[in-house]
Amino acid sequence: MNMNERFEAYIASDAKIEPKDWMPDAYRKTLIRQISQHAHSEVVGMLPEGNWVTRAPSLLRKSILLAKVQDEAGHGLYLYSACETLGVSRDDLIADLHSGKAKYSSIFNYPATSWADMGTVGWLVDGAAIMNQVPLCKTSYGPYARAMVRVCKEESFHQRQGFQILLALCNGTEAQKAMAQESLNRWWWPALMMFGPRDEDSQHTEESMRWRIKRFTNDELRQKFVDMTVPQAELLGLTIPDPDLKWNEERGHYDFGEIDWNEFHHVIRGNGPCNRERLEARRKAHEEGAWVRDAASAYAKKHARTDASSTHAA
Amino acid sequence: MANSAHLNYVLRLADDAVIQGQRLSEWCGHGPILEEDIALTNLALDCIGQARALYALAAERAGAGQTEDDFAYFRDEEAFRNHLMVELPKGDFGFTLMRQFLFGAFNWLRMEHLSGQTQDPELAAIATKAVKELRYHVEHARDWVVRLGDGTEESHRRVAESLAALWPYTGELFAPDSIDEWALQAGIGPDLNALHSRWTAIVEAALTEATLDLPSSTGWMQSGGKAGRHSEHLGYLLAEMQSLARKHPGVTW
Repeated sequence: MNMNERFEAYIASDAKIEPKDWMPDAYRKTLIRQISQHAHSEVVGMLPEGNWVTRAPSLLRKSILLAKVQDEAGHGLYLYSACETLGVSRDDLIADLHSGKAKYSSIFNYPATSWADMGTVGWLVDGAAIMNQVPLCKTSYGPYARAMVRVCKEESFHQRQGFQILLALCNGTEAQKAMAQESLNRWWWPALMMFGPRDEDSQHTEESMRWRIKRFTNDELRQKFVDMTVPQAELLGLTIPDPDLKWNEERGHYDFGEIDWNEFHHVIRGNGPCNRERLEARRKAHEEGAWVRDAASAYAKKHARTDASSTHAA
Repeated sequence: MANSAHLNYVLRLADDAVIQGQRLSEWCGHGPILEEDIALTNLALDCIGQARALYALAAERAGAGQTEDDFAYFRDEEAFRNHLMVELPKGDFGFTLMRQFLFGAFNWLRMEHLSGQTQDPELAAIATKAVKELRYHVEHARDWVVRLGDGTEESHRRVAESLAALWPYTGELFAPDSIDEWALQAGIGPDLNALHSRWTAIVEAALTEATLDLPSSTGWMQSGGKAGRHSEHLGYLLAEMQSLARKHPGVTW
């Protein structure tokens, strides 16, 4: 057996790959792409929420939202660290985000224009993310799988807080309920797009499934998400904006309408309503923080020298 | 029911906390490194938590059926009694951290005193929790003041400018007014003169390590926040913070 065959057999036995193990370049590249994309999504995802922290309508909601944004920064951090175990640096990954070479979840290229969006983003966007991420707790790359266990625990709190925001709105005044419905109307389809292209159009699915990086296909997960979400929308008393949505007795699943794939591809290509401003916000934060990072390294260098010489003298 | 000086004393503490929390929240997602996004959000969260506990105490004592949110969302600028320093715009990262250090050290000493007094046990309980958080805030801010002061030429220049801009707002922290005097007499509040000496020692040590000069304390000092006379900045901060709540008064979120 050559290295590649041994690797494939090892993966097929459901064993975990660790940073020092041999792995094919393509496996390493796929993981770097996927984990860094995930890390970038956490970091960019802080922006639409940060946008509402300062306007949250009660101090309790403000606290919860702050805690959530803090978790997201934390997720970004573990995921960048997991990625660094594959031999890339956080600086390089961030440079790829800023140059537009690396992607992040397209969902954050849609604007969060109302308070209800903080509910919908938690409920649908974090809900879809959990659906994508729970299987990753068993993904074949050890550091990624372990990071995902913690991420998923926190994400499920995020989803619940989102649902609770909507529940409060839906039990509130007419204006509050209308706010919730308007928000669902905008986020439903982009949320379904989060599962990626249809299986037959997905260029990475087959290989990722074989390497046990991915454990379910895009369409399987999307269906699961729709089946889970419809009863929750009913509980809220909200209408899902899809005239083709109906229960299919024979399949035991909900049928649903066709995603606007044209929009999907355009947003990925950078033409979504917020692609430009999200990246600009990230670049600006990075550029404006350069003097701070420089100062921290200059200070560390000066004092490492002092500490080393004083140790030496002692 | 508490007397009005006592109630105002608690509200003043709460107002300092909520305005700091609001300013810190503006950094959400815009910090210089991811670790600082986490840290600044964490500080904001502590401040909002302290504000909630203090407003809830004030609401209970006011006895007019108010909630914590009534104080935060349904009062205008002149009713807020926070120190001017906390409402200044966030500035650059160095400005935010220098403020966090100068104000934080004051707030930490003040809360430490409040946690030890026995005349108002409910306030002491809130202060006891806050002291632990504030100690970390001061340490964190102090580390950055030192790093930035003793970092590069640019960071030194920037943080020295922030110090100079913030210094005239330090006077208000230690200038007692009638409410501070009431609190001192009642055995609740600290002696601000004594606090000032301890604060100066903490600040001087950090600035020396940061290779920054301690500004003169004889210059002109700004004041007014504690009496409800604010800068132009507070109105914008409140407009943003209160806009949604005020659009839908009386609802549940």
